[in-house]
Amino acid sequence: MDTDQLIRTLAADNASRARPVGFMLMLALLAAAPVSLLMFFTELGIRPDVMTAMRNPFFDLKFAVTLALAISAVGVSLHLSRPEASLRGFGWWLLLPAGILVACISGEMMMPQRTPMMTRLVGSNSKVCMMAIPALSLPLLAGALVGLRHGATARPAVAGAIAGLASAGLAATLYASHCTDDSPLFVATWYTIATALVTAIGALAGSKLLRF
Amino acid sequence: MRERDDEWTGLMRSAIAGDSAAYHRLLKAVTPVLRAAARRGLVRAGQPVDQSEDIVQDILLAVHLKRHTWDANAPFGPWLFAIARNKLIDALRRRGRRVFVNIDDFAETLPGEAPAETAPASEVAAQLQSLPARQRDVLQSIAVDSVSIKDTAAKFSMSEGAVRVALHRGLASLTAKLRE
Repeated sequence: MDTDQLIRTLAADNASRARPVGFMLMLALLAAAPVSLLMFFTELGIRPDVMTAMRNPFFDLKFAVTLALAISAVGVSLHLSRPEASLRGFGWWLLLPAGILVACISGEMMMPQRTPMMTRLVGSNSKVCMMAIPALSLPLLAGALVGLRHGATARPAVAGAIAGLASAGLAATLYASHCTDDSPLFVATWYTIATALVTAIGALAGSKLLRF
Repeated sequence: MRERDDEWTGLMRSAIAGDSAAYHRLLKAVTPVLRAAARRGLVRAGQPVDQSEDIVQDILLAVHLKRHTWDANAPFGPWLFAIARNKLIDALRRRGRRVFVNIDDFAETLPGEAPAETAPASEVAAQLQSLPARQRDVLQSIAVDSVSIKDTAAKFSMSEGAVRVALHRGLASLTAKLRE
């Protein structure tokens, strides 16, 4: 097939329309979510004292951090799904959850505490946290990568890493409702380690799967 | 340069609005620019330039299948060159060389600057044979025998819709095979 023939063929296919990447990403995440939810409710479940926990602002702020991470990472990954896009100007969005977390930590520091700092940081669920967040995020990461394959990123590894951040943010939102460690120090330590692991998996998978 | 980009952007907007003739004109207009850039990239990588047409076809297929990622409010040129750069790097990497692609390879190329004759391309033609029969027949009919979609439908006693689907799927699987 010579190039003129190919061009004529592509023009004949002009009527075909692909759905926007954002739509495909949402669809894929919605398809993956039941898997993570099932894992969450069979293995972990919402903590029994959730009604009293909601009166603790640091319990609620965990969701502010994890949702800020999920939403900003989804936004940045959609931006990166265009080939000419760069992280410049958009990477800042990813600092939003970190900023909230830093504000939470300084807030907690200013309050009188019954338990010492190291006890709050180490908590009692660190092992569960580090296993649960990656496990819950894997189906979501797979979904996110399937959705993002409809895009055309020039930086597959970076886009994959950000898909990892997004899925870790969503998984951590689920996990936060199970975990009884509400100190922002615990979140900043263990959630971050778990998220970093998912981000690395995302980068690795993305560098293979998000090429176009 | 500015004028050229404005013209491309206008053509692409018409194409997305459903004007296949504008789309055809756009692809015709960008091809010599892509060809010159592909040749330059090959020369820089110390590769024979006779592979340039394979790269051009690879880029054109990617442009076609990823055109929904172009923002119609943005100029078309930067998007096109980002796709082209990506495909060139990919092609050179698959041929196992270290790659240095200069962004200026794409930005500063004028059509007609390099010899514009079409070199033979073999990859697309070879992969065409490995497609499922229905997709191959439809692509063969429309691309090589230049039969219209309507007449292709009559020839294979398919509906026009089914021909369109087979055509699009054929182009998508062709692209997937080229990447392997």
